[in-house]
Amino acid sequence: MSLFVDIEKRLGEFCLTAHVETQGGTLGLLGASGCGKSLTLKCIAGIERPDRGKIVLDGVPLFDSGKEIDLPPQKRRVGYLFQNYALFPNMTVKQNILCGMRRERDRNRREEELKRVLRLCRLEEVERLRPRQLSGGQQQRTALARILVSQPRLLLLDEPFSALDSHLRDKLQLELRNLLEQFGRDTILVTHSRDEAYHMCSYLAVMDQGRLSGEKETKALFADPGSVCACLLTGCKNIAPARKTGAYEVEVPDWGIKLQTAQAVGEHIRAVGIRAHQFHAGTEQNCFPVEYRGEMEEPFEWIVEFRYRGQSSAASPLWWRIPKDRRPVPFPAELGAAPEDILLLYA
Amino acid sequence: MEWYPLLNSLRIAAASCVIVFFLGIFCAYYAARLPRGVKGALDVILTLPMVLPPTVCGYFLLMIFGVKRPLGIFLAKFGVQFVMTWYGGVLAASVVAFPLMYRTARGAFENFDETLSQAGQTLGLSNPYIFWRVRMPACRQGILAGAVLTFARALGEYGATSMLIGYTPGRTATISTTVYQLWRTNDEVGALRWVLVNLAISTAVLLAVNLLEDRQKAVRR
Repeated sequence: MSLFVDIEKRLGEFCLTAHVETQGGTLGLLGASGCGKSLTLKCIAGIERPDRGKIVLDGVPLFDSGKEIDLPPQKRRVGYLFQNYALFPNMTVKQNILCGMRRERDRNRREEELKRVLRLCRLEEVERLRPRQLSGGQQQRTALARILVSQPRLLLLDEPFSALDSHLRDKLQLELRNLLEQFGRDTILVTHSRDEAYHMCSYLAVMDQGRLSGEKETKALFADPGSVCACLLTGCKNIAPARKTGAYEVEVPDWGIKLQTAQAVGEHIRAVGIRAHQFHAGTEQNCFPVEYRGEMEEPFEWIVEFRYRGQSSAASPLWWRIPKDRRPVPFPAELGAAPEDILLLYA
Repeated sequence: MEWYPLLNSLRIAAASCVIVFFLGIFCAYYAARLPRGVKGALDVILTLPMVLPPTVCGYFLLMIFGVKRPLGIFLAKFGVQFVMTWYGGVLAASVVAFPLMYRTARGAFENFDETLSQAGQTLGLSNPYIFWRVRMPACRQGILAGAVLTFARALGEYGATSMLIGYTPGRTATISTTVYQLWRTNDEVGALRWVLVNLAISTAVLLAVNLLEDRQKAVRR
């Protein structure tokens, strides 16, 4: 199972350049809304036509502008789960699923497969209902069942949880992940949510204003995002421009401090990031006097806003997250972050 | 009472309704996917018959299909003559009623969620299957309403029809031309009879449109 994508597409002012290779498992495309994630999926599925480039799935070229190859979506065998599920409103659950099986000529095999997938996706009781009579989760499973029976070689999921209530989301993520594991095909999942990406994907690629960079292992990306955009998308709240002042030292003018780092600082360092939960009182290094500005209560955590003493007035305050049971009284006069928790950002 | 005008009106309306149904859907489907500029120009041309006085449409039809015009002479070689024949009435009614079908169908197609069609394609469904089994059912209400309006307009056509096929009792007479003819010859009772017939049919058609719209609302709920 392998997918190779290297495409360019221009839409007015917007320019998409995507280069990805899957390495098996679930690949996540993480990006802010409107950055071209869905467009990339549509190009892979054959719904949109790239201006130039190549898409190869399992050695079969789906699109190659050099050789004038452009397979229609019907021949690509790429399953696409739309954000709104795109169930046919005039058909029942069963009829919708049968739509995915029109290649299968043998009637008995069709019935068998239908039964199997209805059971797998827990849709046996609603097979006669129409999409608008289903719950969000049932709609999602119907759409997925319809795709699974069409035996795609690759599965594309476009923000699969965005249409669901938040309390359903976590439950369905686990459920969808189990279904995908049983199905055992390569999957690309598009999302703007770092939690979804972290739960579902073994690899992540970050998309920034139409540019899709190479993929990284999910945990590695969260540990070292490498770019400002990736750092923001993985949920880091405190980012400021920085410049190199030593092999293991950067200066952050906005915060008015110099930070010691565990990683060697490269020449082209652009910014640093510190995750909100990685501040502690009385660390050995990087400890500076702070002033507290305000706090916000969350169900299980406190978010505390603070500024460094020497911070420039234009720079926005930093965030510190503390679990409720570990809230210090009073707040420490100095806060610090360990050198290994300083994220170095280059682009 | 001579029933010919009723039969003639009904067959003209039915025939032009069928023709305009398919032609309107075809044009609407392709117009909905054209780039904006081209679509605007095409829209003007295709909608003109709705805003022009029907007599002006009749004038144009005579200019094109008249017995002394090149196309009229050419068609006459095959025994086809639109002037003074009942199927000329079908042509006149089709031209005048076409914009109604075209515009309602286009509105329905433009509201159609394209992701449904895209999903069908990725599932391996053929484009004709998607068109007839997914797109048309989803746009059914709008398209049916358009067809009913087309039928009603074709039934009531007077201007272009009288220009192209005139009024010959038992040959080209329709309800609307008969009403005018009877009134002109001081047969007020005869005219009233046909007015009542027309009123009955038109009311039935409008009731049908309302019923369709109610069902559409019920579906949305």
